[in-house]
Amino acid sequence: MNVKILGPGCANCKRLEANVTEAIEALGAAATVEKVTDYGAIAGYGVMSTPGLVIDEAVVVSGRVPSVSEVTALLSRA
Amino acid sequence: MAIVEHVPTIRRGLGTVVATASALWVGAYWLNERAWDWLLHGAWGMDPGANLTQSVHFFFYDVIKIALLLTGIIFVITVARSFMSVERTRRLLGGKREGVGNAMAAGLGTITPFCSCSAVPAFIGFVAAGVPTGVTLSFLIASPLVSEIAAGMLWAIFGWEIALLYVVAGWSIAVIAGWVLGRLGAERWVESFVFQTTLHGQALDPSVGLSLQQRVQMGVEEVGSILRKIWPYLLVGIGIGAVIHGWVPQDFFASVASADNLLAVPAAVALGVPLYSNAAGIMPLVEALFAKGVPMGTLLAFMMSVVALSLPEMVLLKRVLKLPLIGLFIAVVAAGIVAVGYLFNLILT
Repeated sequence: MNVKILGPGCANCKRLEANVTEAIEALGAAATVEKVTDYGAIAGYGVMSTPGLVIDEAVVVSGRVPSVSEVTALLSRA
Repeated sequence: MAIVEHVPTIRRGLGTVVATASALWVGAYWLNERAWDWLLHGAWGMDPGANLTQSVHFFFYDVIKIALLLTGIIFVITVARSFMSVERTRRLLGGKREGVGNAMAAGLGTITPFCSCSAVPAFIGFVAAGVPTGVTLSFLIASPLVSEIAAGMLWAIFGWEIALLYVVAGWSIAVIAGWVLGRLGAERWVESFVFQTTLHGQALDPSVGLSLQQRVQMGVEEVGSILRKIWPYLLVGIGIGAVIHGWVPQDFFASVASADNLLAVPAAVALGVPLYSNAAGIMPLVEALFAKGVPMGTLLAFMMSVVALSLPEMVLLKRVLKLPLIGLFIAVVAAGIVAVGYLFNLILT
C-alpha cells in the first residue's frame, strides 16, 4: 500500500502524518508513507486545501485532519 | 487529544454533550467576575482601589473571560464553516468578472475555512477555474483581514455595532484593494508556474459528506489547536493589558493617540506590521487601550494591520507573487486600513 501526505509542512500536515503513522502501526499494515511538499505536485492531485491524504494514488481526504480511527478505516478499506 | 478521541464513542449522546458543555460555559462565564471580586476583595482583603488589585483582578478575570469567549466562538464558527470549502468557493467564483467577482470573493474569503499554508494550491486552483487575479487577491486579502473570530470577540466585548463596522470595513478594503490590483495588471507579477500547473483529477470537496459528529469533532480540535498556538501571545497581551489597566492613568493615551493626532493611525498600522498574532490574541490589549482613551478607529487599524499584514503571510505569498506585487499588495491594503482608521475615528467620536 502506498500512502501520500500532501502539504507544505504546516501544523495540520504534521498532525495528519502522526495520525497516519499511528493507524498503520495499529493495523500492522505494510505501507510506504511519502510526504509530498511540492505545490505543483499537490495541485496535480486536484487538492486545493491542505492537508491531503492519498491512498494508492486516490485522494481520500482533503482540507481537514481525519482522526486515527477514520484513517484506520480508510486504510483497511484500501 | 484525550477529549477529542472520546467524541466519536459518544455517538448517541451528541446533543446531550453539546448541551451540557454549553450550560457549563454559561455558568463559568457568569461566575468569572463574581468569583474574582469575592476572592480578591473579600477573601484576601485586597483594596479594590489599589493599582495592584486592579491589575491582578484584570489579569485573572480577563484570562478566564478571553479563554471562554475564544472557546465558544471558535467552536461555533468552525462547525458553521465546515459547510464551506475552498473547492465550493472556487465553483462559485468560476466565470465571474471583476467587480461582482471582487465583491463575492471578499465575502467568501471571510466565511471559507482557509489556512494561509493552502494559499499556493488555492491560487493555482482559482487560476485554473478562470478566476481573474484581482478577484483571487480579494479572496486572499479578506481571508485573514475579516476574521469571524475577531468579529465575535468584538461583539462580545464592545457590542454588535463595532463588530459590524469591522466586518463591513474589512470587506470593503478587500473588494477595493483586489479590484485596484487587478486593474494595475496583477497577472504580470504572478509566478508563471501557477499558469502552467494543471489541476488533475476530481477535486474532493471537504465540506461535503461529513457527519454532524465529525463537524463537532472538528470544532473541538480547532479550539485546541488555536488555543495551543496563541496562548503565549494571549498571556503577554493580557499581562500588558493588566499593567495598563492598573497603573496607567485614565486618558493617558488620549494625549498621544487622540483622534486629532493625524499621525496616530498610520503609526498604529506601521506598528502592527512586524507584530504577528491572531486577531484574538491582541484583543485584551485593545480592550485595555480603549479603556484608557485610545480611539476605536486607531485600535481597529492596529488590529487589522497585525492580522492582515504579516511577514509569515508575505513569505507564503512570495511563492506565487513576485516582489513588485507583494509591495503593491502591502501598500494598497495598508492605505485601506489607514483610511478605515480615520473614518471610524470620525464616525465614533
